[in-house]
Amino acid sequence: MKILVAVKRVIDYNVKIRVKADHSDVDLTNVKMAMNPFCEIAVEEAVRLKEKGVATEVIAVTVGPKAAQEQLRTALALGADRAIHIETDERAESLAVAKLLAKVVEEEQPGLVVLGKQAIDTDNNQTGQMLAALTGLPQGTFASEVAVDGDKVNVTREIDGGLQTIALTLPAIVTTDLRLNEPRYAKLPDIMKAKKKPLDVKTPADYGVEVASKVSLLKVESPAERKGGVKVASVDELIDKLKNEAKVL
Amino acid sequence: MSILVLADLHEGQLAGATAHVVAAAQAIGGDIDVLVAGEGVQAAAEAAAKLDGVSKVRVADNAVYAHQLAEPMGALLVELADGYTHVLASASTTGKNVLPRLAALKDVSQLSDVLGVESADTFLRPIYAGNAIATVKSDDTLKVITIRTTGFDAVGSSGSATIEAVDVVVENSQSSFVKEELAKSDRPELGGAKVVISGGRGMGNGDNFKLLDGIADKLGAAIGASRAAVDAGFVPNDMQVGQTGKIVAPDLYIAVGISGAIQHLAGMKDSKVIVAINKDDEAPIFQVADYGLVGDLFEILPELESKL
Ligand SMILES: Cc1cc2nc3c(=O)[nH]c(=O)nc-3n(C[C@H](O)[C@H](O)[C@H](O)COP(=O)(O)OP(=O)(O)OC[C@H]3O[C@@H](n4cnc5c(N)ncnc54)[C@H](O)[C@@H]3O)c2cc1C
Ligand SMILES: Cc1cc2nc3c(=O)[nH]c(=O)nc-3n(C[C@H](O)[C@H](O)[C@H](O)COP(=O)(O)OP(=O)(O)OC[C@H]3O[C@@H](n4cnc5c(N)ncnc54)[C@H](O)[C@@H]3O)c2cc1C
Repeated sequence: MKILVAVKRVIDYNVKIRVKADHSDVDLTNVKMAMNPFCEIAVEEAVRLKEKGVATEVIAVTVGPKAAQEQLRTALALGADRAIHIETDERAESLAVAKLLAKVVEEEQPGLVVLGKQAIDTDNNQTGQMLAALTGLPQGTFASEVAVDGDKVNVTREIDGGLQTIALTLPAIVTTDLRLNEPRYAKLPDIMKAKKKPLDVKTPADYGVEVASKVSLLKVESPAERKGGVKVASVDELIDKLKNEAKVL
Repeated sequence: MSILVLADLHEGQLAGATAHVVAAAQAIGGDIDVLVAGEGVQAAAEAAAKLDGVSKVRVADNAVYAHQLAEPMGALLVELADGYTHVLASASTTGKNVLPRLAALKDVSQLSDVLGVESADTFLRPIYAGNAIATVKSDDTLKVITIRTTGFDAVGSSGSATIEAVDVVVENSQSSFVKEELAKSDRPELGGAKVVISGGRGMGNGDNFKLLDGIADKLGAAIGASRAAVDAGFVPNDMQVGQTGKIVAPDLYIAVGISGAIQHLAGMKDSKVIVAINKDDEAPIFQVADYGLVGDLFEILPELESKL
C-alpha cells in the first residue's frame, strides 16, 4: 500500500518568537524554519512501515509557499519516494489544508495517511481529524503505537487518562504523538539523492479548492510577561515565603 | 444565541472540565444545552443538569457512543448541531479528537484552545506555545470551538436543568475499542489540582519520583512531569505538562529538576505561584519562578517533606 504523509513548514521549535510592533502577526522575517516536529515523526513512521515491507511507497505532501519545498526535500532525504507541493502564499487554514489533502487522497488512494497531531505554530490540532471526516475514513489520533495487521490497523493513543488502543479498518488516518518513534537524521548521501527524487508542483486551483477562510486574525499580542522572583537560600526560607508571603500553604 | 456544550467524561462520570466550558458558554451568552454521550451515563447527565446556567441536558446513552470514539461522536454532533450557533468542548483529548470532525462536515473552521471571549464571534487563543495571543473573529454561521479550561473559572452546581433523551443512533463499522490502560491514582487530576509538583529529567529515574509522593500527599497535589521524564520512561504520558501535553494553572506549581524549556513553560506559566528547585542556578526555569531554590533535589526533597 501507499502511505501519504503531510508535512508542514513551521518556525524551528527552538526559536523564541516575537510579536510585530503593529500587533498584526508574529514576526517571521529571518526566522529559522523547519519541518514541524510531529511531521518528522510522521515521516519516520511511514518510512519504517516501508522498511518493514508493509508499505510500498511513501508520498510526502505539503501546502504552503515555495520555500516549503525545503521541507519536502527533507522528507525525501528521510526516505519518502516522491513529493507533492501544493503551492500557495495565502494563509491556508486547517480546513482548507484538509480539503486539499482529501483531494490528494482521492487521487492517490493511500492505505494510510499519517499527519502530525499538531503544528507547533498554530497549535490547532485539527487537520488530521478534519481530513478523516471529509474522506469518511476512520482516525487514530495522538498515536504512540501503530500496528498494521492485514486490512486493519491498531492504534494506541495518548489520551488524558493514559493510553487507549483502538482498531481501525484501512484505509485510515493517523496523527502522531511524541512517543511514536525517534526520527532519524538525514545522511548527506541521502540529502544528495533527495534532490533527484520527483516533486510535483500543484496549486489549490488544480484541485478546485478555495483557500480563503471565514476566520480573520484581528491582532496578535504578547502574553503577560512573568517576571522572575527571588532565590531563597534554604528550605526553611522557602516554606516561610510560601506560607507568609505567597499564602499558598 | 444557542450553545451546545459537549460534556467530558472520565470513566463514565462527568469530568471537572465541563463546568469550565459552561462558564465559557456563559461568557458568550445565550441558551446553554449540554450533550452527554456515552454508555451508562445517567449519573453524568444528572451531574451536568446541576451546573449553573444550563437549560437542558441532552443524553445519548447507547453502546455505539461507548468510549466516545471519534467517528460515531462526530456523526452524532452533526445530527444535533442544527439550530445551535456555537458548539463547544474542552480542549481535552476527547474534544480535540471529535470536534474537528463536526467542523469539517459542516464546512466551517474550528477555533482551538480558546482562552478568552471578547464577543459572540471574537475570541482569544494562544499560538506559538502561548508565546503570542491571537484575537480571531469567525464569520462562520456555526462556531465550533475547543476551550482551554484554565481560561475560565468553573460554574457552580446549584442548577436544575431538564434532562432529555436523544434517540439518534449512528452506525460505526470503521473503528472499535480494543483496550485502555488508565492511570489509577488517588491524587487530584492534573488539570484541576490546586497544587502541582512536577519532576523532570533531573529526577534521574522513575523510582526517584517517589520522592515527590510524600510532598504531594502533604499538599494534596497532583504529580506532573516534563516531556524528557516521560520520554525516558520515568513516568507515563498522561503526566506530561506542556505545549503538547497538559495545560495547568494551579495556585502553586513546583518544578523539580526541570530546566524550563519553552514547551514546558507553555503548560504551566499561568500558575499563580511557581517554585523551582534546580541545581543549575542559570536554568531558564528561574526566569519565571517566584521562588527559586538552587541545590540538589535529592537533598532538598526529603528536607521539604519533613518540614511541611
Ligand atoms: C491566526 C492565524 C494566523 C495565521 N498566520 C499564518 C501565516 O502568517 N502564514 C501561514 O503560512 N499560515 C498562517 N496561518 C495558517 C495556519 O498555518 C493554518 O492554520 C495551518 O496551515 C493549518 O492548521 P495547523 O497547521 O495549525 O494544523 P494542525 O491541525 O495543528 O496540524 C496537524 C498536522 O496537519 C498537517 N498539516 C497542517 N498544515 C499543513 C500544510 N500546510 N501542509 C501539509 N500538511 C499540513 C501536518 O501533518 C501537521 O502536523 C494562520 C492561521 C491562523 C488561524
Ligand atoms: C515538538 C515538541 C514538543 C514538546 N512538548 C513538550 C511538553 O509538552 N512538555 C515538556 O515538558 N517538554 C516538551 N518538549 C521538550 C522540551 O523542549 C524539553 O526538552 C524538556 O521540557 C526538557 O525536560 P527537562 O527540563 O526535564 O530536562 P532537561 O532540560 O534535561 O533539564 C533537567 C534539569 O534538571 C536539573 N537537575 C539535574 N539533576 C539535578 C539534581 N540532582 N538536583 C536538582 N536539579 C537537577 C538540571 O540542572 C536541568 O536544569 C517538547 C519538545 C518538542 C520539540
